[in-house]
Amino acid sequence: MNVSGTGAPNAHNAKVMNRFELTKRLVAQLDHDEAVIGGIGNTNFDLWAAGQRSQNFYMLGSMGLAIPIAFGVAIAQPNRHVIALEGDGSLLMQLGCLSTVAMQKPGNLTIIIWDNGLYQITGSQPTASASTADLVAIARASGIANSHWAADEDDFDAQVAAALNGGGPTLIAARIDGEPGVGATDRDPVQIRERFMRGLGVRRASGA
Amino acid sequence: MTDTQTGQATWYETVLATLKANDVRLVTYVPDRVLTPLIKAVHEDAFFTAFPCTREEEAIGIVSGAWMGGMRGAVLMQTSGFGTLPNALASLVAPCQIPALIFVSQRGTLGEFNLGQALVCRTVQPVLDSIGIESHTITRQDELAFIVDRSIKQAVATQAPVTFILSPLLTGGKIFGA
Repeated sequence: MNVSGTGAPNAHNAKVMNRFELTKRLVAQLDHDEAVIGGIGNTNFDLWAAGQRSQNFYMLGSMGLAIPIAFGVAIAQPNRHVIALEGDGSLLMQLGCLSTVAMQKPGNLTIIIWDNGLYQITGSQPTASASTADLVAIARASGIANSHWAADEDDFDAQVAAALNGGGPTLIAARIDGEPGVGATDRDPVQIRERFMRGLGVRRASGA
Repeated sequence: MTDTQTGQATWYETVLATLKANDVRLVTYVPDRVLTPLIKAVHEDAFFTAFPCTREEEAIGIVSGAWMGGMRGAVLMQTSGFGTLPNALASLVAPCQIPALIFVSQRGTLGEFNLGQALVCRTVQPVLDSIGIESHTITRQDELAFIVDRSIKQAVATQAPVTFILSPLLTGGKIFGA
């Protein structure tokens, strides 16, 4: 089975990296209870496996809505940084959200795109980003000027660190391989949502 | 500003006041002709954060995130926009028990000229019923504040979305040439 990711043909200087490795690097930088919205599929599985946090929201459906959900959290909690993790196929399904984010300019929102050029979880069919679409160019043209490919792991770390310092919205895209996700999320939507709201300080645990 | 003939509040003034009274501060929407005065009013009132989205799903996602972050939100759309929503309702709002407040300007009935609008209009209630989402078709100004106010309180208390279908009987609808 050939599952080597081939995303982002136009990002010819970007190294092909591993989503779980980069997810761990991202989580390691989160020391201010930043909120993370994980898109469906392997994006979420690796977020789960990278260490469960009560400030993580794991989507169970609604493909393409990680960025809108993260944007909503960012509006409600302007003093908290919010990160959306989304795959290339999911982003391609909801490209208009980039235009909306660009217009509203949430300074506390970072969008991270894992681009392996694959609808990986449905059988690794190629997405448009495997051949023709450049997701960073699309993001820039949508108005998110601060959109860049991560050249390698160190560059990814540096871009994340800069994004967490504010000045968003920021979009960081990484070419990734076709390795499957490492874990699997729980699938109880109410528990996931409730834990997330407690993690954001909106709810208190009963009896606490 | 009230209806100059009757001296009564207009439907959109009532909706605006009821949203404010219930601390609903975020309004995301995809534009609609009939909703225009409400959209204009929320933009002009600094109480609200209001902006357009490219798709109704996106507007729902933003309001869902805001709810989880502690801010109440409403989504405005027309009937055809609701037709794009079943997946977002069935896989995000309903199972996560998010009290999204969904206002649908009703096209497709009581004088519709566009067959596509008439057909999509018929899908709205079956979709809501099949997912088990509370809904009210509002036809009268004298019932509007009660329905919206009580339903927002119920949505929050029971952690369930609610849909308000704004009938042409309430809003006047879209007027067409004969």
